[in-house]
Amino acid sequence: MKKTRFNELHHKLGGKMIEFCGWEMPVEYSGIIPEHMAVRTKAGLFDVSHMGEVMVTGKDALKYVQWLTPNDAGKLVPGQVQYTALMTPESAFVDDMLVYCMGPEEYFLVVNAANDDKDFAWIAGHTKGFDVKVEHQSDATSQLALQGPLAETILQPLTDIDLAAMKSFHWAKGKVLGKACLVSRTGYTGEDGFEIYTTDPEPQVIWSTLIEKGGPLGLLPIGLGARDTLRLESKLMLYGNDISDKTTVLEANLKWIVKLDKGDFLGKPVIEKQLREGLTRKLVGFELVEPGVARPHYPVYYKGQKVAEVASGTFSPLLKKPIGLVYLPIDGTAVGTEFEVEIRGKRTKARVIPTPFYKRAK
Amino acid sequence: MYPNEFRYTKEHEWIKVEGDEGVVGITDFAQHQLGDIIFVELPAVGKELAPRQSIGVVESVKSVSDVYAPVPGVVTAVNEALGATADLLNKDPHGQGWIVRIKIKDKKDVEALLSAGDYEKYLEGLEH
Repeated sequence: MKKTRFNELHHKLGGKMIEFCGWEMPVEYSGIIPEHMAVRTKAGLFDVSHMGEVMVTGKDALKYVQWLTPNDAGKLVPGQVQYTALMTPESAFVDDMLVYCMGPEEYFLVVNAANDDKDFAWIAGHTKGFDVKVEHQSDATSQLALQGPLAETILQPLTDIDLAAMKSFHWAKGKVLGKACLVSRTGYTGEDGFEIYTTDPEPQVIWSTLIEKGGPLGLLPIGLGARDTLRLESKLMLYGNDISDKTTVLEANLKWIVKLDKGDFLGKPVIEKQLREGLTRKLVGFELVEPGVARPHYPVYYKGQKVAEVASGTFSPLLKKPIGLVYLPIDGTAVGTEFEVEIRGKRTKARVIPTPFYKRAK
Repeated sequence: MYPNEFRYTKEHEWIKVEGDEGVVGITDFAQHQLGDIIFVELPAVGKELAPRQSIGVVESVKSVSDVYAPVPGVVTAVNEALGATADLLNKDPHGQGWIVRIKIKDKKDVEALLSAGDYEKYLEGLEH
């Protein structure tokens, strides 16, 4: 199993370690519910060094990123970040990702751990005809996420970057505890917060100081368990559950990352066809109306027919009810529509509800 | 930690004998492994339990686990309080977090289960 540079610190903090995408990662420390609530109300610190990073440089860097993704990277100026996807020609997902505009000829891509090698192969396999260099930087890069309403208060004294001046989906370079870092106002929780990238070979002091200084303010270390419940409440996509190479960007209800007027890109003809002809299914949020928890892959019935499996499903620690995401036939996607989830052989009533399930007050 | 008057299974259930009946729950070790418990599916009163039959399902945020009858018997009562407060299994697993009462078919079956001391030894083996 691969280990991040913070591995020993997780063991020391009593993290319950599991194998995740080939990495030994903490699934929880104090418990999913207290960790989840710490991020919603105070702050939480995540080791997300298993995420993948790819640097794209060269004269055609922008043209190339534009070809691989549906969102308009041409709108980005250096210092900005964008949520987008790597698309197949079918407009399905190779992955979803963040694009950091570093300069006019330099883009930094952050992809999922589960897809890191596949994504790099995909990216490197599409350079023909573009004057670009792609570099896999996952092994050299450590990444921490500091999330929650107190994130800025906790991080500011430890960095020379002016965090108050950093807007959402922007980044800056500077020092955190003397280590050269890139810090962006991004995250996967639905809260305000930062992601901290560094290629320093010994970044442990960043983790341990954030724990030490943040602890008295309510900061907790957060495992993968609460990372999943936090992202689902905010309806942030999880590759493999909610999006995959079998689901299109429009079916996933991510039309907002599709910019048709930017020129040609992989998958665009299929997107245009789906826009003309309409969709047959779409990803919606639901709650269970009866007791239980809808887990991924549980069978879903609509009008008596099995139509799908639960994509993501959990118990929402904040809303204290079972929530989930599922691809329903298009006539069943209106808010209020009732359907059933089969839980251990029993059909349990569910209802389409608006998403995100949780949206932070600004 | 583990009451001497209880008997235990290697699957981390406990049973406490009271007359011909036994109160059944999951151990502190089990609740700790499961994490925050949010839902418990209980059996019907009157249900006959074969050896090692499932008496219910315990769901934490992360996982779903069956709970098995430590010994054969018939369900005489279920802990209705768990419907609204499943986290009693976390807070008081050996007390208020009991799951079912069963009429024990044969008390010899209980004797065959682990004592508190044996269970603790068994846990030490698991943790190392």
